[in-house]
Amino acid sequence: MGMTLAEKILARAAERREVSAGEFVTARVDFCMIHDIFAATLFDLLESTGIDRLWDPGRVAVVIDHFSPAPSAAVADIHRRIREGIRRFSIAHFYDVGSGICHQLMVEKGHVQPGMLVVATDSHTTTYGALAVAGTGIGTSEMAYVLATGTLWFQVPQTIRCEVSGSLSDGVCWKDVVLSLLGRLGSDFAQYRALEFTGPAIPSLDMSGRLTIANMAVEMGAKFCFFPADEVTARYLRRTRWDGPIAPDVDASYAEVVVLELERLEPLVALPHRVDNVRPVREVEGIPIDQAFIGSCTNGRLEDLEVAARYLSGRRVHPETRLLVAPASRAIYEESLRRGILQILAEAGATILSPGCGPCFGGHLGLLGEGERCIGTHNRNFQGRMGSPRAEIYLASPATVASSALYGRITDPRRVGVAYARS
Amino acid sequence: MHAVEGTLPRIVQGRVWKFGDDISTDLLAPGAYAVAPLEERKRHVLESVNPRFPEEVRPGDIVVAGRNFGCGSSRETAPEGLKALGVGCVVAESFSRLFFRNAIAIGLPVLPCPGVVEAFEEGDPAEVEIAGALVRNLRTGQALWGRKLPPAMLEVLAAGGILPLLKARGQQLSGTT
Ligand code: SF4
Repeated sequence: MGMTLAEKILARAAERREVSAGEFVTARVDFCMIHDIFAATLFDLLESTGIDRLWDPGRVAVVIDHFSPAPSAAVADIHRRIREGIRRFSIAHFYDVGSGICHQLMVEKGHVQPGMLVVATDSHTTTYGALAVAGTGIGTSEMAYVLATGTLWFQVPQTIRCEVSGSLSDGVCWKDVVLSLLGRLGSDFAQYRALEFTGPAIPSLDMSGRLTIANMAVEMGAKFCFFPADEVTARYLRRTRWDGPIAPDVDASYAEVVVLELERLEPLVALPHRVDNVRPVREVEGIPIDQAFIGSCTNGRLEDLEVAARYLSGRRVHPETRLLVAPASRAIYEESLRRGILQILAEAGATILSPGCGPCFGGHLGLLGEGERCIGTHNRNFQGRMGSPRAEIYLASPATVASSALYGRITDPRRVGVAYARS
Repeated sequence: MHAVEGTLPRIVQGRVWKFGDDISTDLLAPGAYAVAPLEERKRHVLESVNPRFPEEVRPGDIVVAGRNFGCGSSRETAPEGLKALGVGCVVAESFSRLFFRNAIAIGLPVLPCPGVVEAFEEGDPAEVEIAGALVRNLRTGQALWGRKLPPAMLEVLAAGGILPLLKARGQQLSGTT
């Protein structure tokens, strides 16, 4: 019988000809990533378990991105322990303060390639599925196990096929696609399952949009999220051929099929405190906001900053709103600097932060006080995520966030004239 | 009864603390204390939902929750905080995948059990038989069956977690390909 991408990749990694949904397999992992929240603890765990050599230090990347640069002496000490660990375990790929967000770097630096099985100590590891990678998050104890043995157990997930057709209207971004799925299907729709995107709209979906969607697939509970590896992927990776599984079999079997027509989408926003509490922006327009944030592994890419710049070019952020912008990587920072995008944003009144997670997870660089409201392009609006548990977080596309920053209240981007609309 | 490292109690008995759907890792392990020591972190577990919980929970107590428990990040500190507070078992309508994996990886018993929210009220005395996936309300006498964990996961739980298991097995820990 035909296999889904999840089945194909897990079969290959488990050295089996065929596996099917529901089976437990022990699979060989192709690459691992650990970020600064967990790296020091992980090194301690390795030591206390008696592991002094990694199975393959060449297949491991460590990134300092969540606290970048260190906001306190305690965190600076953690970073110091991380750097020591990198040397002690001879880890091949280390990205220090200012390099960017772990997931962006994994993709940008070519560590993830179509057909791989990749684990990382972060839930948004599903992001790599934009390149037909089986990427999923694990915790630190399991990561220690992987680093020692190169293997981990997996249950082969069922797969939901999501067929996308049509094209986006003005003012609508790829972020709205995933918000629409969340609103329609709920935050546990894909629990324990994989998502596979397919359909006539996929060839026109650029890598940035694929990464945004795959990133937030985990907000639906997805274990993996796949886009097939196609010409868009090849162009992005500057490659012409792959070894290994990059597309599902035509006769693969799916647990469910979801159909999505892009024409029907409008700008959307997730209201506090749930990612699936999604409404059209036009229904909640006018809610005043204290802070707007453009960044994160969901929407901190060049394309996102460019969209924001289109809305903010020659204008000023509302005086009672602060706009924070954190490019997802140093490469994106430099490229947007060269293209004048950062200049437009800075002149509009944005505070440009160092490449990294910024305030996304509530560690530093723009936390919220009691009763404050933030609209951001990131991926989670859980209560307490960005500071005070009595703050409110709204999630939307770069177009909606930029438009809202302009007016100081939640604003439908279609209301704001832009030189040329594209998302 | 207290879950001692390395030994999985057959039966956990305690009072029920009830929570709703979508209890996230940000509620279980708030980001603001991400790098604080465990002793401090455990005092903030679920405080924004129920400030009494981290103060008054007793060893063996049972967390009963709705759908998608532990949704959000991969932080192992989420189940770790519950374990450090002595929680004997989390029984939920369903779990987020990462929380479920992490709980087992660190040796905190978890049991998916549809219907559990309706069967319990806050403070009810409860009993959970982990391997058998049997949950009993000692006030009403009602019994429910959860989804049994596969033997491999019970083995991890019994060892107190995946690393103690790795250690116990004495596998070639380094340099294996
Ligand atoms: S940007 Fe936000 S969601 Fe992405 S890795 Fe950083 S903290 Fe996590």
